[in-house]
Amino acid sequence: MSSANFTFLVYGLTVAWLILFVYVALLAGRDRRLRREIEQLKQMLQQYKRS
Amino acid sequence: MKDKLLYAACLLAAWLVLANLSVILLVLPDEAEQGAIYRIIFFHVPAAWSAFLGFLLAALASVAYLVKRNLWFDALAVSVTEVGLVFSIVNLITGMIWGRIIWGIWWTWDARLTSMLVCALLYAGYLMLRRAVEEPAQRAKFSAVFSIFAFIDVPIVWFSIQWWRTQHPQPVFRGGGSMDPAMYKMMFANWVPLLLLFAVLSAVRLRQERARSEIDALRREAHAL
Repeated sequence: MSSANFTFLVYGLTVAWLILFVYVALLAGRDRRLRREIEQLKQMLQQYKRS
Repeated sequence: MKDKLLYAACLLAAWLVLANLSVILLVLPDEAEQGAIYRIIFFHVPAAWSAFLGFLLAALASVAYLVKRNLWFDALAVSVTEVGLVFSIVNLITGMIWGRIIWGIWWTWDARLTSMLVCALLYAGYLMLRRAVEEPAQRAKFSAVFSIFAFIDVPIVWFSIQWWRTQHPQPVFRGGGSMDPAMYKMMFANWVPLLLLFAVLSAVRLRQERARSEIDALRREAHAL
């Protein structure tokens, strides 16, 4: 394999996967936040209904 | 059950990508004029196809929302648009890295590159518009109309290399370009794991939209108490 532009090929593949991994991390973070918010709202409603 | 299916699809996509990468890097020969860098096409082109498929689904879901007024279609539209935008960014950046080696420049304002950048900006605008409107039905209506109009840019991107003289290479399929059958096959083979990944990410994103509607419903209930 020619090494003349191999470095840029590695950059390209790395950047492509890095973008996807960053998006997956953002999705995971959003998922956790939404679940937490649902739990908090459910607890709040239960407390309201009890009182 | 659904989670297991998503994990299985992820594992299959990872295995396919690794298998394809071994062929791309170790089996396929260098391109005569471009050398090793041409291999970027196996990610650059399928990323664009996936993005366009996402935008097409978003446009169809938007039409379905306007006809049926069912918020599930709006949730589907935003999910595939967001994932499509990520894939279009992958397409743009891998293209820039290829262009730096082959053209000696990171960017040029030719019809294909510019229309693709406009496409990404339009769909980023779509996501920003959604943040600006609070009321779900109104947000869905505005977003659906925006998505349908934004989709007009997709065929412009697709045909730009045929309609105008561009620095971007001619289409490799049924166009002025040509490609070795082994490379041609690998382009489609590598689209499969990217499509799987696209489907998994869209499914996760769609689930988040459902969680958002649940939060909205719980908030309404809390306000009513």
